[in-house]
Amino acid sequence: MASTQVNPTRMELTRQKKKLVTAAKGHKLLKDKRDELMRQFLDLVRENMELRRKVEEGILAANRNFVIAKAGMSEETLHTALMAPKQEVYLESSRKNVMSVDIPVFEYRTRTADENDIYSYGFAFTSGDLDDAVRSLADVLPDMLRLAETEKACQLMAAEIEKTRRRVNALEHVIIPQAQENIKYISMKLDENERSTQIRLMKVKDMMLEEAHHYKERQAALAAES
Amino acid sequence: MYKIAVMGAYDSIYGFASLGLDICPVSDAQEGEETLRRLAGGEYAVIYITEALAAQLGREIDRYREQVLPAIIQIPGVSGNTGAGIEGVKKSVEQAVGSDILFGD
Repeated sequence: MASTQVNPTRMELTRQKKKLVTAAKGHKLLKDKRDELMRQFLDLVRENMELRRKVEEGILAANRNFVIAKAGMSEETLHTALMAPKQEVYLESSRKNVMSVDIPVFEYRTRTADENDIYSYGFAFTSGDLDDAVRSLADVLPDMLRLAETEKACQLMAAEIEKTRRRVNALEHVIIPQAQENIKYISMKLDENERSTQIRLMKVKDMMLEEAHHYKERQAALAAES
Repeated sequence: MYKIAVMGAYDSIYGFASLGLDICPVSDAQEGEETLRRLAGGEYAVIYITEALAAQLGREIDRYREQVLPAIIQIPGVSGNTGAGIEGVKKSVEQAVGSDILFGD
């Protein structure tokens, strides 16, 4: 029997049948959505991993350069040199809809177009190593922004895939079997009621015929004669 | 119009200032939490955070994981790579697929 009590009525049967059809349709659509999301996610996450490896290597190399630069000059000079940056980076963020997941798309703009504006200091008191270090970091920046974009997209899509997967599983393993069970229960109950009515009618008919024609008495009389 | 911030120990992040990113030197977890909350308030679309600091702010960072903005991205600090960034990507795969089928080595 169904786990939840349902009324064995025709109306309920129609309702359950409708529910089953909707659930089956929803299940198919959600499954398609999950598959497509998964396909895109796998591409994206591969790109994410590649970018991350690249960025981490780049930053590590840049950090090494900065350590060398720091070794060649006094800490005060270094701090002063980097204290007032000339360049500024702005982000323009728009959104892209991938399978109903909003993912951010970044476009970056620098305040000045001159790419040498990253050197915010006079060259007289700083070592050349600092220039190299700043340059190496500037080279990683575009990849870092790409990384931010893909990594965020991956996180959002992963969350959406998880949700969709749960929905698909809930439909597949709970809602649909339950509806099927309910339909089976109701139709069996209705059939049973119908049979029982039929039998009752037959019985009543027998009784009425008996009353009208007194078959049993006649049979008894016949038996007594012979 | 958004800006980009970098959080972490001063030694790990001072170079980013020259590129025009805003640097927020942070020395302990308490300060980090406050700074992160302030930065995530809306002005910044991308927040880079050193792995060392991120390890102390795990819960706070997870709150922003499912929001479109800001994107909080871990980067290695001056003391080296702890692998937490890669771990984060693997976590995404695990969440989506159920188990790490791509990068499990």
